[in-house]
Formats: sequence, structure tokens, C-alpha cells
Amino acid sequence: MRAALFALALGLHGAVAGAQHLSLWHAYHGVEQQALDEVLATWRRAHPGATLDVLALPFEAYASKLESAIPRDHGPDVFIDAHERLSSYRSLGLVAPLAPTNGVLADRFDETAVRALSVDGELYAMPLSVKCAALFINPALVPLLPSTLETIEGMRATLPAGVFPLVYESQSAYYHAALLHAYGGEMLDARGRYGFVGPAAERSVARVIAMTRGRVIPDEASGALVTQLFSTGRAATAISGPWLAADLEGRIEFRVIPLPTVRDAGGHAMQPYATVEGAFVSSRAHDLGAAAALAEALTDVPAAVVRARVGRQVVATRAAWGDETGLSQDPVLAIFRAAAASARPMPVHPHMRAVFEPARQAILRALRGDRSVRDALVEGKRRFDDVTRPLPPRRDATMVLLALGLAAMGLATTAVRRAKDPDFRLALKRSLPAYAWVAHAALTLALLVVVPLVLGAATSFYAQQDGRSYFVGLANYWDILTARGGPIFGAGSFYRVLGVTVLWTAANITLHVGLGVGLALLLSRPLLRMKALYRVLLIVPWAVPSYVTALAWRGMFHRQFGAVNALLGVVGVEPVSWFARFSTAFAANVTTNVWLGFPFMMVVTLGALAGIPKDLYEAAAVDGADAWQRFWKVTVPMLRPAMGPAVAMGAVWTFNQFNVVFLVSGGEPDGDTDILVSEAYRWAFTRQAQYGYASAYAVLIFLMLLLVTRRRGAEAA
Amino acid sequence: MNQRSRWWSELLVHAALLVAVAFALYPVLWVVSLALSPGGTPSPRAIPLPTAVSLDNFRAVLGTHDTAGRWIFGRQLFNSVAVALCTAAASVALATPSAYALARMRFVGERGGMRVLLATQMFPGVATAVPLYVILDGLKLLDTRAGLVLVYATTALPFAMFQLRGAFEAIPRELEEAAMVDGATRWQAFVKVILPAARPAIAVTMLFAFMSAWNEFILAATFLSHEEAFTLPVALQRYVGEHDAQWGRFAAGAMIVSVPVMAVFYAVQRHLVGGLTAGSVKG
Repeated sequence: MRAALFALALGLHGAVAGAQHLSLWHAYHGVEQQALDEVLATWRRAHPGATLDVLALPFEAYASKLESAIPRDHGPDVFIDAHERLSSYRSLGLVAPLAPTNGVLADRFDETAVRALSVDGELYAMPLSVKCAALFINPALVPLLPSTLETIEGMRATLPAGVFPLVYESQSAYYHAALLHAYGGEMLDARGRYGFVGPAAERSVARVIAMTRGRVIPDEASGALVTQLFSTGRAATAISGPWLAADLEGRIEFRVIPLPTVRDAGGHAMQPYATVEGAFVSSRAHDLGAAAALAEALTDVPAAVVRARVGRQVVATRAAWGDETGLSQDPVLAIFRAAAASARPMPVHPHMRAVFEPARQAILRALRGDRSVRDALVEGKRRFDDVTRPLPPRRDATMVLLALGLAAMGLATTAVRRAKDPDFRLALKRSLPAYAWVAHAALTLALLVVVPLVLGAATSFYAQQDGRSYFVGLANYWDILTARGGPIFGAGSFYRVLGVTVLWTAANITLHVGLGVGLALLLSRPLLRMKALYRVLLIVPWAVPSYVTALAWRGMFHRQFGAVNALLGVVGVEPVSWFARFSTAFAANVTTNVWLGFPFMMVVTLGALAGIPKDLYEAAAVDGADAWQRFWKVTVPMLRPAMGPAVAMGAVWTFNQFNVVFLVSGGEPDGDTDILVSEAYRWAFTRQAQYGYASAYAVLIFLMLLLVTRRRGAEAA
Repeated sequence: MNQRSRWWSELLVHAALLVAVAFALYPVLWVVSLALSPGGTPSPRAIPLPTAVSLDNFRAVLGTHDTAGRWIFGRQLFNSVAVALCTAAASVALATPSAYALARMRFVGERGGMRVLLATQMFPGVATAVPLYVILDGLKLLDTRAGLVLVYATTALPFAMFQLRGAFEAIPRELEEAAMVDGATRWQAFVKVILPAARPAIAVTMLFAFMSAWNEFILAATFLSHEEAFTLPVALQRYVGEHDAQWGRFAAGAMIVSVPVMAVFYAVQRHLVGGLTAGSVKG
């Protein structure tokens, strides 16, 4: 009774609070997050009765989290995202239209921003800001404003050796697009076809290679390196967005101008992509009106001014650029606003998301020089086509259901026949007390381990489109096992990844066991001093959380600031780009995983060594066996039974060791170091949410492991 | 001569062990020095010692507040501790009776059950995340700590059962038989005799469950969608985003996350040799 009243009270409370409870998600960080927080604090003061939950998510996980949470009513009421996601969010039914494109509300914003965030005459998000790249200049190093890329290249002759004429993320498809556009190419055409091949693309990439070889731009520049080089005066110019301004202000003097023209490309200007960010309202918002009001509040003039001043955003609210706010006098923002007006809006086709990775890999491959520019680009197109390949056709599931029904009936009849068998009934009766001990564990395991596993496996017979699944039979398996029609050992094919996985497992287990057993043997020397101290220090890697380890090692293998290159520098070795080649990237992964795993083997061996009777060694010594013979004739045979299961378990874990591969090399270079689980993860979460395809990978992994361990088990028995 | 060669071999053994210790400690020291260095970007140095010591990174991480002005770090620390402790308790509570039955009793479905248990360890988690999401949603446990505990505890369960079954098998049957002759029921014998005798193995099993829950972030990041429910690893993930890596903050956060789990690990580690080999992970 009391519980019921309590529940009722809770329900009422929920109903009352529901009207004023809002949530907002975003993927901002740094100054943009700070500006948003400030705007939201103002909103809170104006709405004292309301509660507002804000969630900042990492950019990488943002879209997939929205796509899974909103349909299940666990998503936000309002979320901030860029315009090129609109078409896919709309086809998934995640967003609600807010106003007609030609209405009073839309008139408050820049026309390009409204156009980017509209479909079929409806505005789907309150336009927040427009982003594009421009050229940052260090006036101390560049006295005359350069208007062509060739002028910047020419500065190589006059600048000191440690200073680059230009720095930008040259391997990023986003920045490269500006150069590609100057040469008349495009990344994706209006119909969603990949455009980063052909003469224009080749000329643009050849240009990047020439600039890199000529030391005009640094190799492998990350966003952090761009900031670092420019802010310390080691780059005369930089291509970046308004966010760089926030990092530079107060640290160095700089100016911003539009991107230069390229004389080699017929004098056309580098044309950056423009992306428009908006506040979207979820179609499942509890109160659409309140959510839309919140989204609108982010765009009113005072809010826009805060976002511009604090967050360095080129805001899309027209009135914010009036004389009284002073924004139009801000030299950085005004230039970016002008640049955005002539920038090229990023294509909205759902395939745009699939362009970046193949294009980046193509540029990297061409830069590494192990393939011609043309081949590198063609390979990029192949990868894009592979990821966006048409889904398998729908199949009729009747036959399968029929077969399943027959199988179930067969099972049921055998079960009934067995149940009639008196011996079985007796055995079952005797088992009853034992069932009382295992029932709760069996139930939870069935619900939360076995059922998800079966459902997950069943997904492998389906394909997903626009958030709906349909039956495709064995098509996913067929695609995987035929390498999707590509070369059997081509990049990303199942067999190649399997080969890497096997190599990965073998290398790790060898090193784990070698190091573990070796150290355990040293530690079990009877006269060793400081034994306990050594043991305590050597198990440190086991105690540290594995993702912390993995990320720390990734930092240590960083080309510019990593400790490994610093150590090599002490011995006079040139810095190595660890993740640029398969061999070094693989070595980095193995080093990390060996570090993680050797203490386990060491401890298991120590335990097993403690179990070997001393008199065996004495007997062997009496028989005249030397230390070497004693090791091979006594220690090894005695260790084997205890180590066998540990090694088998270790092999299964290593085979599926996702964290290390995903966090250390991330599959670099070009997915070459990916193992089967990380490949499956990519299909599920970063390549157009192909869960069915990923599940087929998982089932194949499972079957292989089961087969191998069964085999081993049969041999041992 | 003999004396001298023994001295040499002793020296070699210590040298080898010291190299291994350096390998084991280097990344940890690197993280510590990064956390203590002022400024966000690491500088390339071979010796992991900070040139200047500053606690700014720790202050920033420990003092994280959300937009509504609540002390979110404290909340997330509490979540991590609560989730990890409940996972350890729940998985051991679920595993001990069933592991005992597997060790001592014969029943229909025992072998099949063991085989299924072993097989579940081979299925990659990638494919089960989505069904788990749907099941938790159906149980109305999505986005709650209880849901997370349930998932972690069941994931840790198969390994815990192997571990404990091995430990129980190593205890002589005579112990509980004697108790039962004295009038104890099987349950009483289990609680009064077996559990105390298996204490080291139980401690090790709890340690593993605690560690797995304390360190997990992929499922937590998938199932949780409000900041107040986050565990520390999920919060930590934000410091090393693709577009803006704050290595100093990450290192400070990593230390804060690692210290408690290392403390627990070292409290239990002396049982590790005995506790592990008794279980001997045999399937």
C-alpha cells in the first residue's frame, strides 16, 4: 500500500516536472563549450522553474549515440549538430521541422545557413553558426599578405630553416577539399558518387606531395601540431577555422585573410567547405514547443553575441552583426563571415560521412609514396564503394521460419521421448537439489548473456537501412567470405584481416609466455634478494586500467611528442612515424599488449612452479642432469598442464583484444593493423551502422574460436 | 672461480629483472610526469620527470562542475565506486552457490551448461551491445547504474564460476562431510566451512569483477546518457577526443582512476598466486 502511494507520488511528480524538464546534447569542447555554458546559464536564470540537463559527448561517438538513443526515448530534446547530417537524421525520423523556410523566423538568419538546414521548404534547425577555413598569418614572419599559394611556397627560400611557410592538416579530406575545389574537382557529386579520383584530384594531391617534399608544409600535421607550430612562430601561415583564433588570442599576434588563389590551377581560389551548425529539435521531444523555444533562445541576439565573443563562432543571427554589437568590427570574425559566404556548402548526401576516411587514406598513401598518386586515389574510391555498396536484396524468410519450426518440433519430440525414459526421469529427480543452487545464476546468464548472444547472432541474417532491418539470408556471410568481390587478400578483406589477427595472437602469446615464464623462473631462484619487491613492481601493468595503458602507449608512440621517439633520439635515431607503416604500427600494438599481459602469465607460472616438488630436481641432479637438462626434462613438462588452460584462455582474449588495437594504432595505416573484432566494430559503429554485417563477423570469429578450442580440447583428451 | 661465476650470474639476473621493471614502470611514470607538468601538450622527453611541478591538471579534473553548477566529478566518482562494488558483490554472490554445485554435485545439464559457459567467452562483445541495449530498455534499466551493474555482473559471471569451481574442487570433501555428519545441512556446511576455506579465491574473483567494472567504458558510454550517471572512465574519454586532446588532463584523470583500483589490487595481490592456480582457469 505504502509502496503504491509512493509510486503514485513519484508518477505525479514526474508528470508535473515533465513539462519543464529539458535536455540538450552537444559535442563542443574548449571555448565553444564555455560560450554555450554561458548562454545556458542565462537561459536558466530566465526560467527558474525549469530544469535543463546538458550532456557534452565526444565527437566520434556523437551521431551513433543520437541515432540509438532518440528512437528509444533516451535522447535529448534539443541537440546541436552540423547541416550535413540533416538528411540522414531526417530519413531516420529523428528531427522535427521547426518553421517554413520562407517565414518570419527564417528571415532572422543568414540565407545560406537557412538553406543548408532546410529540406522541402521546412527549416529543421535553428541556425547557430557557419564554419569554414581561412588563412592565418603571422605578421612578424610575413610582411606582405600573400594572395597566391605560390607566394607562400616562395617563402621557403627566405624563412629560417626551422620555420614552415604553411601548416595545415594536409592529410585531412576536409582541408584538402579547398585545394581540390581550386583545381576544379569535388569530393562527392550531387548524386552521392565519390569524386576524389581523376585529373583534378591527381593534380591537387601531387601539389600536396610537392609541398611536403619541399618542406613547405610539415608531414603528418594534426590539429594540435597546427596550433603548436603557429603559436610558437614556427609556421608563417596556417589554414584553419575560427577555433584556432581562440587558441591563439593572447599568445601571438596574427591576422586572418581568405584562402589564397592557386596560380597552377588557373588562378582559382582555394574554396573551403562551409558547414552550418544548428540546434535541432528531436522528433521525440517531450514538449516540442518548449524544445523549440530553447533552440530559439540559443540564437537570440545576446546569446549569439556571447557565442561569437567567447566561443569565436561566426554566428548566423543577422541582427547580431548590427552596429551596436560591434561584431562586424572584429577582424577575425568578419573575415570568416566573408569567407563563409564564398565557401562551398558541404554536400548533404548521406554518403558524405563515408568520404572522409577513404579520402584521408588515399592522401596518406600518396604521401608515403609507396604507390603512384593515381593508384592511391583509385584505391580510395574502391574503399568508398566498398563501404557504401548497395545492401543485399530482401529475401523471403518463410523457408527459414519453416525450417526453424521443423527443427523446434524435432527438438520437442526428442525432449518428450527423453522425458518418458525412466532413467532420465530418475536422473532429473536427483538433479533437483543441485538446480536450487544454480537456478539464479542460470537465469541471469540466460537473460543477459545467452539471449543477447543469440539475438546478436540472429542479426547477422539481416541488413539495416534507415533504422529498419530486413531479412537477407546468408548474404552478409557470402559478402564477407567472398571478400565483397574484391581481391581475396586485398585491403580490408576478411582473409587478410584474419591473417593479421592470427599473427597478432601468435606474436602476443609467444611474448607473453616467453616473458612471463622467463621472469617467473628468475623470481623463483631460491637465493634471489628483493624477490618480493621485484614481484610487486612487475605486476604494476596488471593493476593499471587497460584503456589508460592503451592511451598512454598511443601518446608514447606519438611522432612529435612521444617518449619512444625521444628515447630513440638519445641514441641518435631519426623520429619514426610509428603508425605510418604496418610493421611499426603492429609492433607498437604488440608492445602495448605484451606490457599489459605478461604479468598474468608470470603470476600463473609462479604458482605452477611452486607446485613442482623439490625432490624431482634433486633426483634429476643426482642422475647427473645439468641445469639446462633439468629445465627441459623437469620444469617444462611439469609446467605444461597448469599453463595449458591459461595459454588457451589468453589466446582467446588476445584474439578478441579490442581495446589495444582500437586505441593504440586505431587500425593505422589504412586499416592494416585492424584485427577481426575491430573490423567488426567499424562496420557496426563507424560505417553506416551495418549491424548485420558486423554480427556476421562476430559469428565467424565465434565459430573459428570454438572450432580451434574444440580441436585442442580433443587432442588434449 | 665457482664463487665468481655465481656472482656474475646473480648480477645478470638482477640486470634482467631491472630491465623488466623499467619496462613495466616507464609508461606509468610517463603518465605521472604528464599529469604533474603544467600546460596541456606533452614535450618530447626521454626521462619521464616533469621539469616543473604543477597540480593544475588535478585541480581541473577534481573540480569538474556541470553547467548547473553541481560537482559532477564527485558524483561520477561515487558512481564508479558504487557500480564496481555492487558488481563485485553481485557476481560473487551469483557465482559461489552455482560454482559449488558444479564442483560437488552431478546433475543433468551440467556438462552442457559448462560448455555453453565456455562458449560465451568466445563471442565478441561487439555484436551483443545492441541486443543488450534493447533488453535493458525493456527492463527500464537503460541509463541507470543498476542496469550497468547487472550487465557487468553477468559478464563477469562465467569467469568467476570457473575460478570458484576450481577453488572449491581443491578443498577436501572431508571438511564439509565432517560438518554434515555433525548435523549441519549442506547449506550450513557451505557457508560455515567451504566459504571460509575458499576466502583467497573469493577475494581474487571479487578483485577481477571489481576491476572489470571499474575499467569498462564502452558499454557504459553506450548505455548511459546523462552526465550524472556517468562513471569515471566515460568522463575521462572526453579528454582525449580526436579533435582536441588534453593529455595533461587525461593523465591526471588516469591517475585518479588508477590509484583506487591499484590499491585494491595490491591489497589482494598476495592471494593472486594461490587464488589463481587453485582456479587454474580450466574449462
